[in-house]
Amino acid sequence: MGTVLVVTSGKGGVGKTTSTAALGAALAMTGDSVAVVDFDVGLRNLDLVLGAERRVVFDFINVIQGHAKLSQALIRDKRLDKLHLLAASQTRDKDALTEEGVEDVIGALRSSFDWVICDSPAGIERGAQLAMRHAEIAIVVTNPEVSSVRDSDRIIGLLDARTVKAERGENIQKHILITRYDPTRAMRGEMMSVDDVTEILSLPLIGIVPESQSVLLASNLGSPVTLADPKSVAALAYVDAARRLKGETVKMSIPTTKKSMFAGFGGFFRRAA
Amino acid sequence: MAAWIADLDAITRQSSGFFANRPVILDLKSLSPSRDEVTELLAALSARAIRVIALEGIDPSLAPPGLAPLTGGVGSAKIIDFPGSDARRRPEGAESRRAATSLLLDKPVRSGQSVFFPNGDVTVVGAVASGAEVIAGGSIHIEGALRGRALAGASGSTEARIFCRKLEAELVAIDGNYLTAEQCEPGLIGKPVQIQLNDGVVTMGLLD
Repeated sequence: MGTVLVVTSGKGGVGKTTSTAALGAALAMTGDSVAVVDFDVGLRNLDLVLGAERRVVFDFINVIQGHAKLSQALIRDKRLDKLHLLAASQTRDKDALTEEGVEDVIGALRSSFDWVICDSPAGIERGAQLAMRHAEIAIVVTNPEVSSVRDSDRIIGLLDARTVKAERGENIQKHILITRYDPTRAMRGEMMSVDDVTEILSLPLIGIVPESQSVLLASNLGSPVTLADPKSVAALAYVDAARRLKGETVKMSIPTTKKSMFAGFGGFFRRAA
Repeated sequence: MAAWIADLDAITRQSSGFFANRPVILDLKSLSPSRDEVTELLAALSARAIRVIALEGIDPSLAPPGLAPLTGGVGSAKIIDFPGSDARRRPEGAESRRAATSLLLDKPVRSGQSVFFPNGDVTVVGAVASGAEVIAGGSIHIEGALRGRALAGASGSTEARIFCRKLEAELVAIDGNYLTAEQCEPGLIGKPVQIQLNDGVVTMGLLD
């Protein structure tokens, strides 16, 4: 039986889809079978980020409505054969997702894959609630800035109320994934620090992904950043997060500015100037 | 209903400050109003500056958005995710209808959540997030940061107090007398603080 994960945030544009793709690929690269599911009906992006947009024949809604079998709708990644995508519909809207349909599909995916990662849409309404409904683990993607943190707090409250696990009185495992962390701005006090975020959200951290040009480049290439640029700081952070998801203890490295690596030498001249 | 409103006007004429700033819960159990009647009633009360925060004793679907409908008796305590709480929440309300005088929450109160406990004190082991609120009949003890709203003495108790480990509140109130974040003493922000009512004035003091 696989594990169902939801990648959610409340706030839009913080890196849910990017993180779903990157984590999915990172887990698949360790040999686990992974299915990533796009819950953002009408505004689908996961297919784009994975470079599969020209291969979507059947989608999540087709499967729910019985017009296609799950095996017909699942798209295998061309580069990682353990990674599969269930795309969202672009022409329908979220009302076409039914509770029973979602339950059936997630159940079927859980029995065939090691990991089922649900990419949640932004917001707190039906789409986001359906995406989190069957999750055992939640990754709350948060940018170190005030609106994102408050929205994440809101979604955490919903995770504790609207998931099947919560309704059964069980605890759903929740982690914060800080994304778009800029160490220079954090040092200058322009951006919230890691401690600020974890203090307000009081949940364990699963990773800190620094702001990185490689993310946009990977996205444009239609490849998860962990595949497109595996040596980039962002990719390394995602790989560490995937290892922590698998239960490994990996020391959390807070990204530092390039300047600080040469602080002893170059830093002296900078201060003098 | 017109007669009832006339009576209400008579009372408020006698003691004009009675409803000022007090959060009010309407118990409509004996009225069985229709949706239109509920709307009419709320409009009449709002025109008289009476702040209704929740409705009791009616089908939750009759309550307009923006209010938290209650389904239990006065003794029920609820954590409400957002207005228009659905049927899944009802069993919880029924369980806590035993006359409890204090409520202990050992998880932080998350943004968007509303804790309502008219029977007594509320203790939160954790923070109260920005965008969350705790409304208690008695005192409120927050073993953590207060970043949202805390309304103590909501059933009319001037003795109620609010305690928190770190003051970053959006709004605090005791027995309807409130202070917003801007009105808080700047030197107390971020500190452990005790808030009480002294002669009708909300005062704050540092907790050692």
